Amino acid sequence: MSSEGVDLKKRRFLTTATAVVGAVGAGFVAVPFIKNWNPSERAKAAGAPEEADISALEPGGLLRVKWRGKVCWVVHRTEQNLKDLPTLDDMLSDPTSEVPNQPEYCKNPTRSIKPEYLVAIGICTHLGCSPTYRPDIAPADLGDYWKGGFFCPCHGSRFDLAARVFKGSPAPTNLHIPPHKYLSDDVILIGVDPEGKA
Amino acid sequence: MKKWIVLIVMALLPVAGFANEEGVELESANIDLSDNAAIQRGAKYFTNYCMGCHSAKYVRYKLMEKVGLTESMIKDNLIFDGSKVGGLMKIAMPSEYAAGSFGAPAPDLTLEARRRGSDWVYSYLKSFYTDPSRPTGVNNKVFHNVGMPNILWELEGIKDPVYKYEVKEGTETVAEFDSEAEAEQMVKDKGEGFHVEKVVSGFSKRSQGKLSDEEFDGVVRDITTYLTYIAEPVRLEREHMGVWVLLFLVVFTILAYLMKKEWWKDVH
Amino acid sequence: MSLMSWIDERFPATKVWNEHLAQYYAPKNFNSWYFFGSLAMLVLVNQILTGVWLAMAYKPDANLAFASVEYIMRDMDYGWLIRYMHSTGASAFFIVVYLHMFRGLMYGSYRKPRELLWIIGLVIYLAMMATAFFGYLLPWGQMSYWGAQVIVNLFSAVPFIGDDLSLWIRGDYVISDATLNRFFALHFLLPFILAALVFIHIVALHKVGSNNPDGIEIKKGPKGNRWSDTAPADGIPFHPYYSVKDIFGVGMFLIFFAAVIFFIPDMHGLFLEAPNFEPANPLKTPPHIAPVWYFTPFYAMLRAVPPMFNSQFPGVIVMFASILIMFFLPWLDRSPVKSIRYKGPLFKIALAIFAVTFIVLAYLGMHPATPTKTMLARIFTGVYFAFFLLMPLYSKIDKTKPVPERVTK
Repeated sequence: MSSEGVDLKKRRFLTTATAVVGAVGAGFVAVPFIKNWNPSERAKAAGAPEEADISALEPGGLLRVKWRGKVCWVVHRTEQNLKDLPTLDDMLSDPTSEVPNQPEYCKNPTRSIKPEYLVAIGICTHLGCSPTYRPDIAPADLGDYWKGGFFCPCHGSRFDLAARVFKGSPAPTNLHIPPHKYLSDDVILIGVDPEGKA
Repeated sequence: MKKWIVLIVMALLPVAGFANEEGVELESANIDLSDNAAIQRGAKYFTNYCMGCHSAKYVRYKLMEKVGLTESMIKDNLIFDGSKVGGLMKIAMPSEYAAGSFGAPAPDLTLEARRRGSDWVYSYLKSFYTDPSRPTGVNNKVFHNVGMPNILWELEGIKDPVYKYEVKEGTETVAEFDSEAEAEQMVKDKGEGFHVEKVVSGFSKRSQGKLSDEEFDGVVRDITTYLTYIAEPVRLEREHMGVWVLLFLVVFTILAYLMKKEWWKDVH
Repeated sequence: MSLMSWIDERFPATKVWNEHLAQYYAPKNFNSWYFFGSLAMLVLVNQILTGVWLAMAYKPDANLAFASVEYIMRDMDYGWLIRYMHSTGASAFFIVVYLHMFRGLMYGSYRKPRELLWIIGLVIYLAMMATAFFGYLLPWGQMSYWGAQVIVNLFSAVPFIGDDLSLWIRGDYVISDATLNRFFALHFLLPFILAALVFIHIVALHKVGSNNPDGIEIKKGPKGNRWSDTAPADGIPFHPYYSVKDIFGVGMFLIFFAAVIFFIPDMHGLFLEAPNFEPANPLKTPPHIAPVWYFTPFYAMLRAVPPMFNSQFPGVIVMFASILIMFFLPWLDRSPVKSIRYKGPLFKIALAIFAVTFIVLAYLGMHPATPTKTMLARIFTGVYFAFFLLMPLYSKIDKTKPVPERVTK
């Protein structure tokens, strides 16, 4: 029991080395516990891109597809609908889609890849209700200017057939457009950009 | 109360009549889990031959991406029911229907190779023989009176059993004969306490299937490899990781030992 | 250090640190057997941590439980690792604790003044067994199901109230969803009670001080060492000396632990039993039901007792008695010395036979009973109890060696 011959430098080195290696080890141990919280294969499978078959979708019709637990609309717009869209611009909050609620390739007047097909996430940007599809022209409850669009029953937000929000709606922005691409003329894959991955 | 006593006693006593589950000699499956091609072939056989009745409902088709298949290869070669690539390998056959036609619902095979062992799976698939007394026309040396038909018979051909006759004293085998008459004679000579048991000792081919014996063994080995793989897909990754973990721990422990020794110079 | 003094005025951090670590003087002659206490704590932490993580995805529902375990094993990132850490940890916990208890037997750590310490330890052991039993049902495999069925049915062997008792435990006429759900709740709760008991165990330990391989009370010896004039001469501060030593012990342990987790997580059917890879099926009893290895010595004793008066109850009594008898150990040992180092040949032989008996009983409990094995189980059950019941005799007449004044190296 003596302190003679104690090499304090060596002692400090070994203690530090063990502590550092131990801390690295603890870091390694933390990895599986942290990664365990990532979306599982099941969640990923459920969130995988979703195909929408639009071969039977008539002009004026709407198809609902579930993608990552959210409802997505595919609307087949008529010639008339497409003609009507630009006439509404003055009544809209963001007619040119400046807010990035759509992929870059859908930042255009029709907010779509092919003008006749609108693909949008059917969740109101106000508080998350799902707006109702109202294709009828100038109905009594919505007014003369209505050229078809979406009406949110919760708080009365109004969107046109390019899912753009009307001025005066509680919803702050246009509806979101999900990434999507055309696998063929008849099949849209929702959840993936035209080139590359989701 | 009585029911429970029976149950306890049943659990406590050695259970006779299940001996075949452990007693039969198994052939070594001799599989290589790192052989991705074998797993891919096995997956194809499994989806073609087994999935008519058996599911692997904890496995996703997508798993095959880990052994080198692409999404479209999986879709084109393994999925026949329109499932998604990320979907589970379930089957549509209702288990009541299976129970009605084969006596028992076909078990899910996800964990079969872990439940019974790879050698068992390999031996089992090679041990079907003709038995007119069974509703399926076949019996199995490894799984006696199994309800499953020999689904691979077209590939393998048809095998008849070759019997041997064991003379037993109680449960102990005292002699074996190829002819029943000789065995019976011995029992007659020995008298009380001896009996003859007819045992399948081997097979004789009645007709050859589409494949040669070697080719058929290969198919069965591929299926076994696949089943072993899906029973624990992470196995190779786990062992690979284990090597690094152990190396790290050895370094840490050596350092800790040196540190301990250094500090304990105070005490000694 | 103004922060430290700010804290110390409000919480005795420095005081606790000193009393239990920096100025807790432990005998300087601990050997490797003294690693197992800290290792048991490490495994408890591992079990709680991995267990909480598993509980985040596990479903205590008879229709979902088995699939949720496979979901953890396959679909979640590193779920397999966390699950193997937990399943291997369960067995490791018992290995470490059995060695910890055997250490106590060898060096007389249950003797005065550590009777209560020993008893608290046994309560921890009982809580561990309960936790393990509840936990084993959760994977909802065949072995989980039928193992629980058999064990819960033991309670129905209790005279008069047995049937009602086992019915009450199950909450159903068979092991069912109700049973699974309550077992899950208890399996989650008990580890925290276990942690509290460990705390009490350590409080008791630090009150009386650690025993050591010589069985000498260092507190009664001379005072003064290089760290303190009032501390026992043969004591050294727990921190840093035993903390660095225990870190080395942790490293050694983790090498074995990781080897099992990464290379043989099933441990050839001992840690994860093959029938448990098949979902629970109330209509199909597996050919051979055995509890997990750490329960098998007691299970062997249960089976060894033949049913009497049409009842399995005597066997159940024997099984519980085999654990309860350990509580009396401090008063059964009449030897004038504590440690095996100074005990005579009788005690050494008795302890060796006891260790062998425990292992043989564990082996017998794992395998189906045959007439030979049942006979062996009866003999070894007798030996097991003889070790305790004859102890007052053989420990008293044993030839002991003189105990030195100071601890030896």
